Order: sequence, then structure tokens, then C-alpha cells
Amino acid sequence: MTAPAYAWLILFLPLFSAVAITLGARRSPQLSALISIGAVAGSFLLTVALALSAPPGSQGVELSVRWMEVAGFQADFGFRVDTLSLLMLLVVTGVGTAIHAYSFGYMSGDPGFARFFGSLSLFMFSMLGIVVSTNFLQMFIFWELVGVSSYLLIGFWHEKPAAADACKKAFLTNRLGDFGFILGILIVWSATGTLHFTELAKHLETHPAALGSLASLAALLVFCGAMGKSAQFPLHVWLPDAMEGPTPVSALIHAATMVAAGVFMLCRMFFLFQLPASWPEALAFLHGWSAADIVAWIGGFTALLAALMAMQQDDIKRILAYSTLSQLGYMVMGVGVGGPAAAMFHLSTHAFFKALLFLGAGSVIHALHHEQDIWKMGGLRRSMPVTFWTFLIGTAALCGVPPLSGFYSKDAVLAAASHGNPVLFALAVTVAGMTAFYMSRLFLVAFLGSPRSDHASHAHESPPVMSYPLLLLAVPSVIAGFFGLEERFTLQFLPPSAVPHGPGHGFDPFAPFGHAPAAAMFGLGATLFGVSFAAALYGGASRDPLPAKLGALARAMRARFYFDELYEKIGVRLHDALAALAGWIDRWIIAGLGVKGAHGTVDLAGRALRLFQTGSLQTYAFFVVAGLVLMLLMTLVS
Amino acid sequence: MMKVGLEHYLVVSGLLFCLGVLGVILRRNLLVLYMSLELMLNAANLALVAFSRFNDHLNGQVMVFFIITVAAAEVAVGLALIVALYRKRQSAHVEDLASLKL
Repeated sequence: MTAPAYAWLILFLPLFSAVAITLGARRSPQLSALISIGAVAGSFLLTVALALSAPPGSQGVELSVRWMEVAGFQADFGFRVDTLSLLMLLVVTGVGTAIHAYSFGYMSGDPGFARFFGSLSLFMFSMLGIVVSTNFLQMFIFWELVGVSSYLLIGFWHEKPAAADACKKAFLTNRLGDFGFILGILIVWSATGTLHFTELAKHLETHPAALGSLASLAALLVFCGAMGKSAQFPLHVWLPDAMEGPTPVSALIHAATMVAAGVFMLCRMFFLFQLPASWPEALAFLHGWSAADIVAWIGGFTALLAALMAMQQDDIKRILAYSTLSQLGYMVMGVGVGGPAAAMFHLSTHAFFKALLFLGAGSVIHALHHEQDIWKMGGLRRSMPVTFWTFLIGTAALCGVPPLSGFYSKDAVLAAASHGNPVLFALAVTVAGMTAFYMSRLFLVAFLGSPRSDHASHAHESPPVMSYPLLLLAVPSVIAGFFGLEERFTLQFLPPSAVPHGPGHGFDPFAPFGHAPAAAMFGLGATLFGVSFAAALYGGASRDPLPAKLGALARAMRARFYFDELYEKIGVRLHDALAALAGWIDRWIIAGLGVKGAHGTVDLAGRALRLFQTGSLQTYAFFVVAGLVLMLLMTLVS
Repeated sequence: MMKVGLEHYLVVSGLLFCLGVLGVILRRNLLVLYMSLELMLNAANLALVAFSRFNDHLNGQVMVFFIITVAAAEVAVGLALIVALYRKRQSAHVEDLASLKL
């Protein structure tokens, strides 16, 4: 059984759009935008049709084309339809459609309007390519394509130095992670000879020791790729800077889809993390840890770190960026503690409400003439009602207020952590409280109180093309938790040979309190605590009271714990030292000994020989005589 | 009384030759250089005559005649050149004659 052939269109419509815009329609901005929006909307409708017509079983179905075959190595180009990819497709195309439409309003009048939509379409193509990949190679190619399109979009306003720097930083940081990714792929391929996900999963199920002592290392290296894309510590530094891109880009790429690709990839390759832990000799000190443990701890640490940083930022987009980092950490932790279904659930709901929050922030920024400092906002409830209420929904969903979607997905992650690792569970609850705190702070300061600047007092609601997408995204932000998504995702992660359960039972809104009461109660308590704490501190505040209370800690949070400075110190110093060493070798060894050595020796020999050619007859006579005497001596002595 | 043999002639000839060489190498005046050159030629002549005399063979003597003739011709040309140079440069010192040197 295969998927219907029109599935290919889902993937290739955005590519057609990107090509058409780049080659033909760039002269006409309106047409470009329509092509691009049409393509992504078409993909969305086709995805819905695909989801309705062919509900995949737990095995999933594939379309596949043999791409190349070189001496025993085979690479396919495929389109995989299973629960995981189908739901991810729905999220990506759904959020993508809303954001494309929103961009039509937000970017209007920009000189690069057509270029913007061309890049967006290229991004959609790349992202969909990751989602439907059937094998490592295809995924890696699209993985890099996503990196490129992200680079193009972050640096969209390339005449701005900050944006140009940010896109380079994002690209290079991602490349660092991708280096690990491809090493991991190579290990897997050399040990098993296949790159195909399902074949590999089956092979590893029957031969769990196929990867030998490299199993955990391969999983960790693959995780490096996710670390780059999903901005996990220590590669998290690029994401906040990526906010230099246009706000719709931040919403689509750096909140909802691309950064989620890392989590998606971890789930796709979850079977790698289920292998028994084994380390090569050189890494014996990691004995007792599994790759999944390390993933969980890195995720948890990132969540905590980013939440701390978010508490002291003043730029509305940066707060959201750190919040994204923190939530991504949550998801990665979810995968690590053995709950990929929970992680994917959180990924889906997060995509909706975080895109909503970013678009809301974009709406505010648009209305306030590109003011991003929350302390210069305030009092926006009457002037921007749609933005206000949708932003409130997004904030509540992110804080985990029941019965919004965020509550259920966050609870799923918390429940997974409480089964897996009590320390990480405590950490996750803390982060949940901090999330509620900084989001309430953002909302209280930016939207409530009285206007704190001229722009804020003269703000007015954004045009319908921008406000309708907000409403559109607000709906799934509220209800995405009601469909038993987690159960559906769970089917995906059963081992290939296991008999799938029947369809999930009906949804019960109180289920979280039933099967993991501790997680639900702690999560809810943390949310309540965070919100009320923020309300006490920031209700009607016109200045941030926290720096005075926390002192040095607040300064460190504001300065993002000096990671950029640290990396600059380490990275730049190291780079300079290496450059100096290379320069020294070039100057003294290669140019000095090599080039100068060769010509210097010849030169010296020439100079020495020239001494004999004095031009003076008497010297010549002397040499003749000396030579004669020498020869005479030699004959006489011997 | 000691009998004068071939060795004695050869030693004198060698000494003369060395004097000539030293003159050629060390002296700076072209004229003196020339005279030293003649000294070397005559040292050779002396050796040849001595060999001829002690080996009872005339070839040596014939050789000497040739040398004397060639030397006379050479001196004529050489002295003429020196005089011409001196007229041109007002000097007969070798250091001053370096215009052909690179």
C-alpha cells in the first residue's frame, strides 16, 4: 500500500512557487505574494485531504523514487506518510498558511516584498522535505536547505548590520551542529548499510547490538544536529539574535517550525535512543549514562537557562525568543525522558500559540512604528482589541492555564518527566512557574496599565489581513489539546513489530488529573504561583522592580549569562591563536624555509661563486698556481 | 768539491719560476708583471737546457729557441700595448685597468 500520488504536490507546490517567483514574478510583488500564499494554502488543503482520505496505520506508507545507486549504496527520495509526519505536515502548512497571509499585510511596502515571499516558499519546501523524509540522506539535504532559507530570511534586511551578523551567526552555529549530525549518519550507515528509517528501525530491533560500542555516540552525534536547529545549550546563542529578521519569519521559522525540526528529528530517530547504552573506550567515563539521559539533561538545562534569561529581557521579541528556547528545551527533555509522544504533542500546540504570540507581537510592533521595548508600550486593550485578546489567549496557553492546549501538552511532558526522572521533574515544574512569571510580566507591562510612550497612546488595530491570522491561530491554541494528539503520537513510537492498539478513546478533559495527578497539580500550582507573583510585582509598574531586588543576578540574566561574551572570548581567542600559528608557519616555515630557502640557497651559492670572478688577472693567476700546487701535492703525497 | 748535477739546475730553475709567479701575483705595475712573466719563461728555458745537456739530446735546445723567439714577439706586442694603455690612462697599475670588469 502506498500513499496517493498527489502527496508529492504537498512537497513540491512551495518549490514551484519559489522558482516561479525567483525566475518570473519578482517584478510584480502582488503576484509573487499570491503565488506563494496560494502554494502554501494548496499544500495545506492537500494535507487535510491526505489526512482524511488515508488515515495511516502505525506502520505508515511511503512514496519513493530511487534517486541514485553507487556501488552498493542506494539513496531514495521519498515521501513518508505516518502519524508523525502527517500531524507535523498539518502543523507546518497550517501555521504556514496563516503566517503567509499575515506577511502580506506586515511586509506591505517593503522593497524586497517579492524576494521575501520567494524565500518563504523555499523555506516551506525545505521544511516539508524534512517532515516527509524517508531516510537520513534526504533529511540531511533538506536540513541544510532549511539552514540556507533561514539564513536568507534572518538576513532579509541585509543592509542592517545587526541582521547581517545574526544570519551569519545562525548559519555557522547550525553548521556546527550539522557537522555532528553527518558524523552520526556516517556511523549508522557504516555499521548497518542502510539509511532508511523504517528499515533501520527494524534492523536495530532484531540486532540491537548492530552499532556495537558506537551506539550511544551515534545517537548523541545525531542529537548534535537537533542541538543546532532546536537551539539547545550550548548552541542556543543564535536564536535570540535571529529575531533581527522580520517578525513573520520569527513566528514561522524561529518559533513554530524550523526550531521544532530538531525535536521532530529526535522523534523520527527515537529508535536510536532506545538502544542499550554503550560507549567506546575513550568515552568510558560516560558509562552509566545513556544517550537519552544526556539529551534529557541538556533539554532541561536549556529550559531553565532560557527561562532565567527571559525574565529580564525588555524587547518583546527577545522575551518570546527566550521563551521559545525554554519550550524547546522542554520538548527535548520530553524526548530524553522517554516521552516522544508528549514532546510531539507539546511541539504541535506550541507551534500554534507561539506563532500566535509572535504575530501578536508583530502586530503591536507594526502599530507602534517598530517600537519593541515593552516598557514603552502599555494600555493597548482598547486600541488593539483583537491583538489584545488573541495575545492573552496565547499567553494563557503558554503559561499552561487549563483548559487551553498548552496545559495539556505541558502536562504530558511533566508526566513523562515524573515517570522518568524526579530531578528533571522538579526542574520542569520550576521552569513552568518561571514561564508563567515572565509571560505574565510581558503581558502586564506591554498591554495593561497606561500608555508609556506617544506611539503607544496613538496605537490602532492592524489591518484585517494581519488580525484574521491571529484569530485563525487562536482557535487551535485553545482547542488543540482536545483531540487526544498524544495518544495518536504514542502509536507512532510503538516498536514496529508491536500490535497497534485500537483507536484512542474519547477525550476526557480531566484526564491529566487521572493518570498523573502529581504532575498536573504541580504544573497548575507552578502556573498559579508564577502568574500571581508577576501580578504582584508588575501590576501597574512603570519600571522593572526586579533588578533592585536581585542585583547581580538580574544583571547576569539581562546579559544572558554572558554566553555571547564567553563564546567570543573562547572562540575568537582560539581563532586568533590558530590564525597566528598558521600565519607563523606560513611566514617562517613555508615562505621562510621553503620559498626563501630555495631561492636563498641558490642566491648564496651564486654570491659565493661570484667572489672568484674578480676580473683581476692576478687573482686568476693565483688560483691557477694554487690549483697547480694542489695537484702537485696530491700526486707527490700519494 | 761538489759536482754540479741536474738537480741543482732544476732547483735554480724552480726558484726562478717561483719568483716569477710571485711577481705576477703580487706586483701591481704592469711593466714589472711583464718582467716577472719573462722570468718564468726563462726559468723554463733553463730547465729545458739542463735536461738537454744531461740527457744528451738536442730537442730541449730546439724548444728553447722557439720559446725565445715567441717571447721576443710577445714582448714586442705586450710592450706596445702597455705603452698605448699608459698613454690612454696615465697609469700602468693593474687596479686602474678595471673598466672591463662587471
